Amino acid sequence: MSILDKHQLLEKNASLLLVGSLVVVSIGGIVEIAPLFYLENTIEKVEGMRPYTPLELAGRDIYIREGCYACHSQMIRPFRDEVERYGPYSLAAESMYDHPFQWGSKRTGPDLARVGARYSNEWHVQHLIEPRSVVPESIMPSYAFLSKSLLPVENIADHLKANAAVGVPYDAAMIDNALADLLAQADPDADTSELEERYPKVVLGDFDGNPVALTEMDALVAYLQMLGTLVDFSSYDPTSGYR
Amino acid sequence: MDYQTMRTFADSWGLLFMVIVFVGVVAYTFRPGSKKEADKIARIPLDED
Amino acid sequence: MRLRLLAFCRLVCETCCFSDRVRLPDWGISMRFGVETIAVGIGAFLALLGAAFARDSMFEAHMWVLFFVLLCSVAVLLRNASFSTAGAQSGNLSESGYFDEVVKYGTIATLFWGVIGFTVGVAAAAQLAFPDLNIEPWFNFGRLRPVHTSAVVFAFGGNALIATSFYVVQRTCRASLFGGNLAWFVFWGYQLFIVMAATGYLLGITQSREYAEPEWYVDLWLTLVWVAYLVVFMGTLVKRKEPHIYVANWFYLAFIITIAMLHIVNNLAVPVSFLGTKSYSAFAGVQDALTQWWYGHNAVGFFLTAGFLGMMYYFIPKQAGRPVYSYRLSIIHFWSLIFLYIWAGPHHLHYTALPDWAQTLGMVFSIMLWMPSWGGMINGLMTLSGAWDKIRTDPIIRMMVISVAFYGMSTFEGPVMSIKAVNSLSHYTDWTIGHVHSGALGWVGMISFGAIYYLVPKLWFRPQLYSLRLVNWHFWLATLGIVVYAAVMWVAGIQQGLMWREYDDQGFLVYSFAETVAAMKPYYILRTVGGIMYLSGGLVMAYNIFMTIRGHVRKETPIPGSVPAMQAAQ
Repeated sequence: MSILDKHQLLEKNASLLLVGSLVVVSIGGIVEIAPLFYLENTIEKVEGMRPYTPLELAGRDIYIREGCYACHSQMIRPFRDEVERYGPYSLAAESMYDHPFQWGSKRTGPDLARVGARYSNEWHVQHLIEPRSVVPESIMPSYAFLSKSLLPVENIADHLKANAAVGVPYDAAMIDNALADLLAQADPDADTSELEERYPKVVLGDFDGNPVALTEMDALVAYLQMLGTLVDFSSYDPTSGYR
Repeated sequence: MDYQTMRTFADSWGLLFMVIVFVGVVAYTFRPGSKKEADKIARIPLDED
Repeated sequence: MRLRLLAFCRLVCETCCFSDRVRLPDWGISMRFGVETIAVGIGAFLALLGAAFARDSMFEAHMWVLFFVLLCSVAVLLRNASFSTAGAQSGNLSESGYFDEVVKYGTIATLFWGVIGFTVGVAAAAQLAFPDLNIEPWFNFGRLRPVHTSAVVFAFGGNALIATSFYVVQRTCRASLFGGNLAWFVFWGYQLFIVMAATGYLLGITQSREYAEPEWYVDLWLTLVWVAYLVVFMGTLVKRKEPHIYVANWFYLAFIITIAMLHIVNNLAVPVSFLGTKSYSAFAGVQDALTQWWYGHNAVGFFLTAGFLGMMYYFIPKQAGRPVYSYRLSIIHFWSLIFLYIWAGPHHLHYTALPDWAQTLGMVFSIMLWMPSWGGMINGLMTLSGAWDKIRTDPIIRMMVISVAFYGMSTFEGPVMSIKAVNSLSHYTDWTIGHVHSGALGWVGMISFGAIYYLVPKLWFRPQLYSLRLVNWHFWLATLGIVVYAAVMWVAGIQQGLMWREYDDQGFLVYSFAETVAAMKPYYILRTVGGIMYLSGGLVMAYNIFMTIRGHVRKETPIPGSVPAMQAAQ
């Protein structure tokens, strides 16, 4: 009888019920998430990954702000049709500096993981301003206002610092030169040697076709043009990613 | 602790532990004699407004 | 500009907070909600400071929104101010001896946000069919979609959960709510969270984490509100007069504590500035993805399932007038459901860069989850055994039954979709959207409607609803709406998935992506129609409830067989 009395403890004690539930719901998350942080083969060894340039980062923030992830994934699955349609399947390493990740969950529009360098800047600008003028079947909203909005740049170093605080390897030179790097990337006349040294494979130029103003369109197109272009697949050994 | 060790533990002792806990919870809940108590608790919402 | 703002702040502050009318308690007179009014006034002042010193334009705009919301709140509070001598407490308890006023507000808020959420859903659906309906920048699909999801999940569903949990915990504990006005703080604090979240999305303030879009400062506010919610609920459980804790409260409690855990971990982030909107997630890439979907799937598992199961375990027995089929099964249901659900997140990341072992774990646990889900469904349905005729005669019972049926359907479809081979086809397509809606519209929506139809006459002491025939109309509009929506999205999703992977004899892909978009148009139109039907049902309900609260009874031919059963219970 005494055992039966103890059995009723849980049914009658609210605090025990609370703690018991919390313990039970914690187990799954701990077992699944915690190992991802220290199992070494979670993220593949690749050549070419670097943090975003300040302009790309600003463009990425606009991508997030406009909710692009609601319709576009950035995660190519290892299927024949996806690899033929979009390019090599995505690696975990390719989003290792993504705070937050942008893998997406829905393809109302196509995957964008490797959209970089596939289309010209002019195509992107025209497509963002009036999607159906270049893809008649498109149901994408117009983002014409981006070419009229000036890109706010004054806090860019703080954005790099916040990223550094969560583990992105921005060094002191990158943070100190954040504003200069941002301006140089979109200015065809600028001296970009330091920028290119800090951020290999950086895409340069006046992205929105309007050299007078640095707009949000510049930043967004700069981001789109680098997506999926960093990793050197010629030196990548797929067996290193088996897990 | 690498992947293999964790994997081996999970599908041996881990699995056994979960099965025992589950069987224990079911056996305890449906133990003879719990029905009367359970039926009483089940009437809680109906007893008062 | 800044100076003028500051002067304005001081003026507002003085009029709102420190005018003679308010500082009274030590003079032996107390003002109803005096402290609260001052707190909200200070909040408005801080919002104004936030706007003045904002580091980016979005934060400035958002702080202006906050300021005007709080200013209006102060005005409302002051207009309702009443004074009494100290000691004479104006209590919260109603005639029933319970604290029901906040439940009444919660019921109305549920209806209000429901109609808003369904309307935004119809608008977003129409945008996908007719892209010219996008109005840049504020009403583009990308900004409107989180407004829809949050309005339905958190505003409609959340208010339904808060209101019913407050009602159920008092009845099943035979105790009034713990914490006095803290329950009011939970209610109004939660509404403020909703307003800040929704206006933020339209302004472009988002973390891009699905169902956790609000930025860091709104998240902090929700944490505060949620802790208060936990305190009220737990406090009521602790002070209960009933020796046992009824199982509905287990589900509510697990929902509250798990959402607290998920919310805090998933929103860990470093803000760029404490006077700016933007923050960067603490985790990156693959770890961030799994954390988000651990959260995302358990927003479904605990917000949209466990909490509403609490509702099911109280309101179905009440409306049917019989105890739950097997109380012991409900205990197994509880523990296995909360244990298994938390593992299911990785099935949102099948075939991604997430390690295979995590994907497999997610799939296995998702399939196992089928069992407790159906155990719960059977328990809910079998509660009616011996009284099956009520499905014919009582439209409220019918609503609850179809809700549990949809619960069974979507908790079967879910495990199927979590199988990797199926997921390779269904992922990224509209099938997922259809699945979510059969759960949200069918299970969550219908059980909430049933609970509200039960609650309103009780809360407002009305002998009956304004019209049972309108409940019947609501039932059919909503049911047909869901069937159209889910069936259309199912077909659309499978077609989409098959078109993406179709090869011709030469080994080339048959369709360009644009062609698969064009093929979706008829489905997107039909889906909008389904949504409009569901929304119309919601409007019928709003009218019915409004008239019931006003005390009207519609002259109508009774539904055959309904009168004795219904009226006898009242």
